Amino acid sequence: MKNWPLWEIFVRSKAGLSHKHFGSLHAADEAMAIENARDVYCRRNEGVSIWVVKSEHITASDPADADPLFEPAKDKVYRHPTFYVLPDEVGHM
Amino acid sequence: MIEKLEQQFQAKIDAEVKIEPKDWMPEKYRKTLIRQISQHAHSEVVGMLPEGNWITRAPSLRRKIALVAKVQDEAGHGLYLYSAAETLGAERDDLLDQLHTGKAKYSSIFNYPATTWADMGAIGWLVDGAAIMNQVMLTRASYGPYARAMVRICKEESFHQRQGYEILLTLCRGTEIQKQMAQDSLNRWWWPSLMMFGPNDAESTHSAQSMAWKIKRKSNDELRQAFVDATVPQAKILGITIPDPDLKWNEERGHYDFGEIDWAEFWNVVKGNGPCNRQRIEDRKKAYEKGAWVRDAAVAYAEKREQRKAASKAKVA
Ligand SMILES: [Fe+2]
Ligand SMILES: [Fe+2]
Repeated sequence: MKNWPLWEIFVRSKAGLSHKHFGSLHAADEAMAIENARDVYCRRNEGVSIWVVKSEHITASDPADADPLFEPAKDKVYRHPTFYVLPDEVGHM
Repeated sequence: MIEKLEQQFQAKIDAEVKIEPKDWMPEKYRKTLIRQISQHAHSEVVGMLPEGNWITRAPSLRRKIALVAKVQDEAGHGLYLYSAAETLGAERDDLLDQLHTGKAKYSSIFNYPATTWADMGAIGWLVDGAAIMNQVMLTRASYGPYARAMVRICKEESFHQRQGYEILLTLCRGTEIQKQMAQDSLNRWWWPSLMMFGPNDAESTHSAQSMAWKIKRKSNDELRQAFVDATVPQAKILGITIPDPDLKWNEERGHYDFGEIDWAEFWNVVKGNGPCNRQRIEDRKKAYEKGAWVRDAAVAYAEKREQRKAASKAKVA
């Protein structure tokens, strides 16, 4: 399999939903990756559309840096609707 | 430093936080998982062989398409699992090599031959049934990609078990000879199916650490008992007899008691001396070697297409 690159497979399970990561597989090229993804991940109507991306093209954030990376969002309570106190008679807003 | 990382790791697992591929993990966790996941993958792949044997001899088109679909699912299960092992840094070729050289094990159940059509029923009912017990537990494994692969697999397994049970049901409602065929199949597959859960807890070597790491959540004996309890009533509906004189309901325990497993046979098959060990590995090696030209041709074709694309781009420019 060394000559067959690894591909990440994303499947849209039905119109209106976004593509979701389903897993990965080896294939010689993108056309074969799509066919293999159909056979491996969509044998029971799991999808209406498939994206394949070479794994080497994905850049991921480092889990070890997760704290500093996401820290800026942690203390911003004012970004949430519940931060704003309104009288009950306003009802749902 | 490493101790602190290990503590944090265990704390995450204790808090039911999943471990993902790029997260820090102890080397032993990684190695244990690669071993467990790849052996699970090998079992799916080798598991296609006893059933593949019957595809051309299925008694009807309905049975044949079901069996083809089931065997194809098992190939898919193998792929999900190899992919999960690769997220831990394992190379697919190395894993296959370990299977072909006998370095890696696979489930011993597949070293028994499928000699009659009824075996297609017994395998689906008992072998897939036993695998389901184990795999349902593994949907909650601590390693994310493994647990997710298990969720997909479990969704597909219930069809496997039902189609097997239906095969036996049909035989049991048929002629006397057909019913005997079902009984004979149960006689041969019952004990090897119980062995699928592995040695008794007292003898099981890897269990404690695997439990702490939550890559195993129930003991071998617990799973085996759950399997027996679920299966006995199903055998009654079929009207065939489980080949165990010690099998009886224990009111106090709320479980079925059952006889002692022949562990000598178990270890003998694990060590490579089962009825089909050599043949299974030979068949896998042959399939891999005979497929070499397909893998090479696919690469050559992909390269050619790439060159053509580059050439036509150059023309436009
Ligand atoms: Fe399977
Ligand atoms: Fe199965």
